[in-house]
Amino acid sequence: MKTISLRSPARPKSKKHSWQAIIAALFIVLVAAASLYTFMYLKHDPTLTDLRGRLQEGSTLHPLGTDHLGRDVLTRLLLGGIQTIGYSLLALSTALIIGIPFGLIAGYKRGWTDRIFMRIADGFLAFPDTIVAIVLSGLLGAGIGNLVLAIVIVKWVSYARLVRSTVLSESQKDYIRIARTNGLSDARIMTKHLLPHIAGHVLVLASLDLGKIILLISSLSYIGLGAQPPTPEWGAMLNDSRPYFQSRPELMVYPGLAIVSIVLLANMLGDYLRDRFDVKKEVQP
Amino acid sequence: MKISDRLKRMSGSIRLRTPDIAPASVGRFLANTAVTSSTSGTESTSDAAASSTAETLDSPVLAVERLSRTYAGAERPAVDDVSFSIGRGECLGLVGESGCGKSTLARCLLRIEDADSGSIILGGQDIARLNGRKLRPHRRRIQIVFQNPTAALNPKLKVSDSLIDPYEQLGQDAKLTHFAYTSRDAYIRQLLEAVELPAELASRYPHELSGGQRQRVTIARAISIEPDVVVLDEPTASLDVISQGAVLDLLTNLRTSLGLSYLFISHDLAAVHRMSQRIMVMREGEIVDRFDAGDLFAEERHAYTKELISIF
Repeated sequence: MKTISLRSPARPKSKKHSWQAIIAALFIVLVAAASLYTFMYLKHDPTLTDLRGRLQEGSTLHPLGTDHLGRDVLTRLLLGGIQTIGYSLLALSTALIIGIPFGLIAGYKRGWTDRIFMRIADGFLAFPDTIVAIVLSGLLGAGIGNLVLAIVIVKWVSYARLVRSTVLSESQKDYIRIARTNGLSDARIMTKHLLPHIAGHVLVLASLDLGKIILLISSLSYIGLGAQPPTPEWGAMLNDSRPYFQSRPELMVYPGLAIVSIVLLANMLGDYLRDRFDVKKEVQP
Repeated sequence: MKISDRLKRMSGSIRLRTPDIAPASVGRFLANTAVTSSTSGTESTSDAAASSTAETLDSPVLAVERLSRTYAGAERPAVDDVSFSIGRGECLGLVGESGCGKSTLARCLLRIEDADSGSIILGGQDIARLNGRKLRPHRRRIQIVFQNPTAALNPKLKVSDSLIDPYEQLGQDAKLTHFAYTSRDAYIRQLLEAVELPAELASRYPHELSGGQRQRVTIARAISIEPDVVVLDEPTASLDVISQGAVLDLLTNLRTSLGLSYLFISHDLAAVHRMSQRIMVMREGEIVDRFDAGDLFAEERHAYTKELISIF
């Protein structure tokens, strides 16, 4: 006799993106480890110029050859990873540190606080990121620090708005009312009851943003507004190699490939996290 | 007029009845006399006078006087000049159709919403105008159970994390007589036991529980700091019939064993009749009828009450 299972079928877990996420995470860890290793056990000074040994082909001493100033390409590529990814993470986390409390307070307090906070946010939102970066470089001088500042100025608003919209809908629910009758302070309600709700959303947006920020830092460094020579940075390396594209095209291919792959991986990770934290998956009978 | 005088006047109208209640608490019941004296003077009552009246045997645990609340833009008040009191250990039923102002009244009592006028005297202190730090110590005395347990539990928190909230915030200074706090785990276990749930549910998330289990968790949270009054805002409305009966039985048991007082709000006259000693009928924000549960079918009932009875 056939037995009929009364249990509902298990919720299908999203397998689609999990392998991507594993690869992405592994690769990012790998790149980070390699960069760190290079940083700690420098075989070549990334800024040491050797004009006699410029534009060399790959060899055992210089696996990816040397650039137009005779610097080791592999060392610069790996250290460029630290620069690009590190500054992107710095910009992202600063944006989060500003945006999350801003959105939390605006969404939870409502009323005038919310109106004032959101008008400020709208003001920031009016400026496109590239314009802000260019203007800031013009005002404060070109450099990676100012570039990070420009990215923070532009990016924090989207986190504040995301957090606010989640908090607006959540704080109308009965469990927040009960938390209030249970004597929880506003700060405690925000940290204990509301923060877990926004964590997933913020993580997804942040990982999707990471790719964009890496791209932004690289592209602005490419046009000379970001990392200044001789600092190794992928966008700047791309720019440096431009005149040698016909004789040594791989000098542009290496940093280009590095940028493309890291952005791709960040997006894969973001896709996975989006599926993982999808709000719809939470059981709401 | 001082509160103490007013309460003395009120206690003159006490009647002995309701045999299903522990004898010790019978004397404390108040009859269905509305407190109609003016609210003036309530705020100026000194703390000493207030605390001495709180100790009076016959004092109600909760007295609401002329409470009104009008929403911005509304034509008529959601709660219109409502007065009532609840004695220790008593269950007062509040019946009315959807939108009659029952839930607004509940939210005003819990100070989730602010009433426009009137007073809420809880343990001898009018809490209607208190705010912030001054209100906080009084929050322990009144707790609420909402209709929908899914919305009343944070889906991102484990059951134990939701259950510990009242104790962490309000219970540490209070002397708990039933739920002794020795360790967090032991305390949570006691709470789950009190609402007849297995201890292993403590580490689960709300979506892993059934509707009835979830409502039991919210009940456990409400009673965890042994409040004087629990407002039950349609606590069984979102449950199936079998769970409804079980939850109502549980609530009655908890009331007698913990000496709680209930304001039982429902549109279900049968449930209210089963639970309460006294019943109030609310319509368009006003209390139109109030009577002892036994007199539900009496001739002198308000026309609207009779209409409600005829529906069931």
